[in-house]
Amino acid sequence: MTEKKTAEVIVIGAGHNGLACAAYLARAGRDVLVLEASDGVGGAAAMRSFADGFRVSGCAHLLYQLQPEVAGELELARFGLEMAVADAATTALSPDGHHVRMRGADLEGRVTERDRAGLRDFRERMQRFAKLLRPYLNRRPPLLVNSDTADKLTLGRLGLDIRRLGRREMQEFLRLIAINIYDVLNEHFDTELVQGALALDGVLGTHLGPRSPNSLLTYIHRLTGEIDGNPGAIALPKGGMGSVGEAFAGAARAAGVDIRCDAPVRRIRVDNGRVVGVELEDGETIDALTVVSSADPKTTVLELLGARHVETGFTRRIRNLRMRGNAAKLHLALDGLPEFAGVDPSALDGRLVIAPDMDYVERAFNPAKYGQWSAEPVIEITVLSVGDPSLAPPGKHVLSAVVQYAPYRLDGGWDERQSGVFRDLVIDTIAAYAPGLRDRIVAAELLSPADIERLYRMGGGHWHHGELALDQFLFTRPVPGAAQYALPVEGLYLCGAGAHPGGSITGAAGRNAAAEILKREGRS
Amino acid sequence: MSARGVSERVLRTHFHTRTAAANHRNAWQDWKGYTTAAEYTAADLEYFAVRNAAGVFDLCPMTKYRITGPEALPYLDRLVTRDMTKLKPGRVAYAVWCNDAGKVIDDGTIFHLREGEYRLCSQERHLEWLLDAADGFEVAVAEETAEVAALALQGPTSCAVLKEMGLTDVEQLKPFGLTRFHFEGTELTVSRTGFTGDLGYELWIDPDHAEILWDRLFLAGKYRGIRAIGSEALELCRIEAGFIQAGVDFLPADEIVRPGRARSPFELGLDWLVDFTKPNFNGRRALAAELRRGSTWRLVKLDIEGNKPAHHSYIYDSRKKQAGFVTSAAWSPVAKANIALASVRRPAGEPGGRLFAEIYYQREMHWSRKMAAASVVEKPFWDPPRRRQTPPADY
Repeated sequence: MTEKKTAEVIVIGAGHNGLACAAYLARAGRDVLVLEASDGVGGAAAMRSFADGFRVSGCAHLLYQLQPEVAGELELARFGLEMAVADAATTALSPDGHHVRMRGADLEGRVTERDRAGLRDFRERMQRFAKLLRPYLNRRPPLLVNSDTADKLTLGRLGLDIRRLGRREMQEFLRLIAINIYDVLNEHFDTELVQGALALDGVLGTHLGPRSPNSLLTYIHRLTGEIDGNPGAIALPKGGMGSVGEAFAGAARAAGVDIRCDAPVRRIRVDNGRVVGVELEDGETIDALTVVSSADPKTTVLELLGARHVETGFTRRIRNLRMRGNAAKLHLALDGLPEFAGVDPSALDGRLVIAPDMDYVERAFNPAKYGQWSAEPVIEITVLSVGDPSLAPPGKHVLSAVVQYAPYRLDGGWDERQSGVFRDLVIDTIAAYAPGLRDRIVAAELLSPADIERLYRMGGGHWHHGELALDQFLFTRPVPGAAQYALPVEGLYLCGAGAHPGGSITGAAGRNAAAEILKREGRS
Repeated sequence: MSARGVSERVLRTHFHTRTAAANHRNAWQDWKGYTTAAEYTAADLEYFAVRNAAGVFDLCPMTKYRITGPEALPYLDRLVTRDMTKLKPGRVAYAVWCNDAGKVIDDGTIFHLREGEYRLCSQERHLEWLLDAADGFEVAVAEETAEVAALALQGPTSCAVLKEMGLTDVEQLKPFGLTRFHFEGTELTVSRTGFTGDLGYELWIDPDHAEILWDRLFLAGKYRGIRAIGSEALELCRIEAGFIQAGVDFLPADEIVRPGRARSPFELGLDWLVDFTKPNFNGRRALAAELRRGSTWRLVKLDIEGNKPAHHSYIYDSRKKQAGFVTSAAWSPVAKANIALASVRRPAGEPGGRLFAEIYYQREMHWSRKMAAASVVEKPFWDPPRRRQTPPADY
C-alpha cells in the first residue's frame, strides 16, 4: 500500500486530543492524516502489557474529566466506550484500619457530623464553581490584550457568570480561586483522613503540595467533567483507559481520518515563514499546509519546529514553561486479589488512596522540591481487574498506582537502580496496608517521569503537558502568544493538553483547537 | 557617552595609565563601571581635533560579544532586522535588534571578522537576550568586552596617522571594511568605522599591546594634530552626524516598564535596516503589523533658529499643540547651526516641515523662554565627502 504523501491537515500524535481534533476537522470536510510515533492509538491512555496477560495504561488509569460535549458529539459510546465502573468510590486508607469511604458527597466511616455536612457543602460549592468554569473550558480562551469581539464577549460573559453566583458566592469564588486547598479543607473538616484524601485530588499529577497556591483550582478542574450525566464522577472504562483512545480513534476513522502508527515525526517543515508539512524519522516527507500538534508545547516548538522559526521572546516563554512531572506509575501483576486490612474486597473496584492527612501529603512534597522522592509517598491505587477482569489472566489481578512525589529531575537521575529502589519503597508503602501483597507479586514495573517522557514523548514526563496553575491557565496557557491554539508560524497549531483547558482525558483541547482552525482557515 | 546612575567607577580600561596621564582636567565619568574621561583638557579643543585633525577615544568599555559557530550567520540573521547574509567577511554592518513586539532593544555594529566569526558591539549589555536567542542554534556567544582593547581614531588626518604608524595600504580600506596588520609582534585589527560621521577608524588589539598602541599612535600623530578626546566631544560629534544613542534617543525596550515608551526601528528613522524578505527575525510580525497600521512616533533632525541649544525642549507642531520632545541637542560649530534630535508624534515631523521648540535658557541667574522655529531636515548636519572617499585625501 502506498502511503499518503500529502494531506490538507496533519495531526501529530494519536492521543485522545489529537484524535478528537482530527475527527472534528474531518467532519468539517478536511482531509486529515494523523501521524503517531508509537504502534497504537491512545497516547498516554494506551494500554501497556508489562507482564504476560496483564494490561494497564501507562499514565492515567481513571476517567473523570471527559467533557460530555465531546463524548456526545463524537458518539464515543457508539465506538465502544463503556464504563466498567461508572461512579467509583474512594477509600482513604488509615494506618489504624479505620478507613473512610467517599463517593461523590457521601461519606462512610469513623467521621464526625461536621465532616459529613462539610463534604456536602464543599462538594456542592466546588461543583458550582466547576459548572461555572466548564463552558469556558470548552471554547477558545479569550485574550486580555489584542482581544477581538468574540474574546470581549467571552470575558464579559465570564464576568457576568461570576456576578450571577450572587454576592456571597461570588466573594467565595474570588477568595477561593487562587487559594490553597489546605486552608479550605481545614475550614470544612475535622477528620484528617478525609482532608488527606481530598487534598490528594488537588495535587495529583502536579508539582504542588496542599499548601501551594491554587491547589484548590486544580481540584475544581477535576470536577469539570461528567460521566453518564454524573458530574465530577470517577470512572473505570471497560477494557481500561485504552478503550477511550480506541473510541476516539473509531470516531476519527468513521469521519474519514487516516491514522498512521509507527510514523514518528522528526520535524515540522517550514518554508518562507509558513508550515508546509512534516518530515518523519525515516526521512519521508509529507506535505500539508496545516499541521496540528498534540505534542506538548516545548516538544512542538523547540524540537519539532525549531526555535529559529519563531522569535526569541516566544521561545523564552516556552522554555520557561513549568512542566516537570512529579508522578511515577507502579504496575503490579498479582497472582490473586490483594488483601487490604480492613477493606472489604467489594470496595476494590474503586480507588484506594494513601494520604492519611494533609501534613503527610505536604511532607511528601517537601523533598520533591529538592530533587528527591518522597520517603513516604502519596499513592492512588486501583485494582483494575476487579472492575474489568479482562485486564488480567483469569483469577489474577493487576494493580496500578499513581505515586507522588517522584521528581523528574531526580538527584543523580532516574536509572534502573534508582527506579528499583523507589519501586521497592512504594511496594513497601502499599504493603503496610496490604500485608500479604509482596507474596502475590508476579511482576512489577515502575515508570519514572523519565520513563514516561520517553514512552509518551511528554517533555518532563508531565502528564498535563505543563502545570495547571493560574499563570498557565486560560489566556496564558501554555504561554501568551499561543493561547488560542495558533502558534506564531502560519499553519501551525497546538491541540494537546499543553493548550487550554489543560490535561486529563477531556477531549476539550482537541475540540477547541479544531473549532479555532476552522474559524481561522475560513471554511467550516 | 551616557553616564546613567551613580558613578561606580571600579574598572579601569587597558589604556588607563595613558588616559590618566593625559587627563589634565581630572574629569572622569562612569561608563558601564569603567573610569573614562569626560574631557582631557577642554572639550571644544577635543571636538575640533576630530573635525580638523585627529581625535583618539578610548572605546574599551563598549560592550563586545564574540559570536562563533557553524550557525553564527542564521543566528544573527534571526536576531537583527537587517539581512546579514549580505555581510561578507571583512565587513561591518550597523544593525538594530528588537524584541517580539518590534521595539528596539539596542543598536550596534556587527563585525564579520572571519568566515563564520562575528563581533557584536553595543552600548548596553545583552548577554541574557543573546543567549536566549541562541536557543536552537549551533552557536557560541561570549562576552569579550574586557578581552579586547579598542581605540577610535577619528578625523581628517586619521588615515595619514595610521600610515605614519606603518600601516601600509590602510588608505585602501573602504568605509565599513576591516583589515589586519602585524603590529609589535601581534595582530592589530583596523576597521573604518566610528561614531563621529567623519573619516575615521577603530583599532582593536589584545590588551597586552594596548599601551604600546597608544604610544605609537601619538608618536605618529605628533605633527597631525592628534589629541585624546573625552565623551563630551564625542557626544557633540555624534549628534552632528545624526547618530542615535541608546539610553538617550531611545530606551532599550527590555528596560522599559511603561507602555508606549519603547520605539520601533520605523520610529527611529531606521526603516532601511528592516528587511521583510527574511521569513523570520525577532520583531518581524509586530513590525509587519506596524507597517500596515502606521507608526506612532518619528525621530527627526531639527535645525532650530537662534543659538540656544534646545536641551530637553518640548516640540510643538503649532504654537499650541505639543508634538514631542528633544532627545539630543547642541550648537554645532561645524554646521554653524542649532541642531537637535527629537521624538515627535506622527503626523508631525514630515521632512521639510516646520515645528517649534520651547527653549528655556538662563542669563545671569534669570530664566528666559523662547519659542524657536525649527525645520525638519533629512540629511545629517555633518556629512563630509571624505567620510566615504577611498583612498582619503592626505590631510
